[in-house]
Amino acid sequence: MSEFRMPSLGADMEAGTLVEWMVRPGDEVKRGQVVAVVETQKGAIEVEIWESGVIERLVVEPGARIPVGEVLALLRTAGEPASRAPAAPAPEVPAPSAQAPARTVAGDRARTSPAARKLAGELGVDIAAVRPGEPGGVVSRADVERAAQAVKTGSAPAPQREPVTDWQGRMRKAIAAAMSRSKREIPHYYLATDIDATRVTDWLAGENLKRSVAERLLPVVPMMKAVALALREVPELNGVWADGAFCPSAAVHLGMAVALRGGGLVAPAIHDVDRKNLDQLMADLRDLITRVRGGRLRSSEMSDPTVTLTNLGEQGPDQVFGVIYPPQVAIVGLGRITERPWSESGNVVARKVVTATLAADHRVSDGHRGGLFLAALARLLQAPQELK
Amino acid sequence: MTMLTREQARAAIFDTLCSIAPEVDAAEIVADQPLRDQVDLDSFDFLNVIIRLHEKLGIDIPENDYGELTTLDSAIDYLVRRRAAG
Repeated sequence: MSEFRMPSLGADMEAGTLVEWMVRPGDEVKRGQVVAVVETQKGAIEVEIWESGVIERLVVEPGARIPVGEVLALLRTAGEPASRAPAAPAPEVPAPSAQAPARTVAGDRARTSPAARKLAGELGVDIAAVRPGEPGGVVSRADVERAAQAVKTGSAPAPQREPVTDWQGRMRKAIAAAMSRSKREIPHYYLATDIDATRVTDWLAGENLKRSVAERLLPVVPMMKAVALALREVPELNGVWADGAFCPSAAVHLGMAVALRGGGLVAPAIHDVDRKNLDQLMADLRDLITRVRGGRLRSSEMSDPTVTLTNLGEQGPDQVFGVIYPPQVAIVGLGRITERPWSESGNVVARKVVTATLAADHRVSDGHRGGLFLAALARLLQAPQELK
Repeated sequence: MTMLTREQARAAIFDTLCSIAPEVDAAEIVADQPLRDQVDLDSFDFLNVIIRLHEKLGIDIPENDYGELTTLDSAIDYLVRRRAAG
């Protein structure tokens, strides 16, 4: 019999609330399958199981707050006979439905239509407490009317939702805890280098010209690939600090810092970035951002980034010095690509330039090695056609 | 292809913006000021705007023309012109 336990979905998670089981006793499950939804400070996360088998028993009922590492369910793995003793009566398992109290991860402010907001004002309904009819949906006038009716009849609006302010407050707390711990425990050092991005932007423009709108690549995509390949050359930036020692990671799982519309951010991983081609990376990025903003993240994405990339985008600042997300040991920052004067062979020319930065853990690496990483990144971006 | 009126172009743009950023209030957008100063759209959102306009209107907007979509007015002009050019 194998035990399925509450996973750690980030350095500062101590416990999570089981929202929903996606399986019932007797169900066959496959490695990687989403079996439960757990509520954390960073929203509702889909939790995968990492062993195949048959669910023997669900130990925990939805609604319970469970510490990390506690058993949630028992799993019968291949070849094991079913237990002879009659199984303990399984808790009532509600079928997954739109009624499940799942909140979207996206900033809830963003999911409200102006018409609904206006109506809420007229009816005296707290718009922040109204949830959309469907998880991930937009709060409509009908939802506001339902909420107003519920207030009138004294019943709670169904389904229940935590006010946005609480949710945002809890995410703020989670970020505060992780970042405070980082600054308390990790001796950061910071490096920056300006990189000529003309070749990569020109190459991308040519590439996108050949593509249909839906297949276009964002500039961050070749950057992600170059960061992952450069990390292979300086492996002491890729991994985690655990029990007083550095554990390097063979795989590059790039945590992508994604801002939420309502404020706050999460940095879930895109897996094996060094081994994927640009089309796959764009598809993964699209899927990840869409789920961050409108749906749910998966436990593996939250728990296993080996390094983080923060890219404040084309409307952002010129440079960003990140704070390492523990237990990782480095964060790479990319500023806005801008045209700047660039000196080359005695001439000043206009070039597209991006400032790449590195904040890294001095317990694990030194400035010299960090500098080699940025140099490798600059070199790789000069041959964008190789970043396949 | 049939003509696209300014009203149709405006409606398509508002539909698209509201589907991506539901907090947008169409009445509050100043037509001759940069859209992205008024609506919080990152590069991923902006690409989605381009994709959805393409789906709705059948107009392919190359990257080189993104600058034409800076304000609501210029975007309407551009879409009407592109459709007329067939």
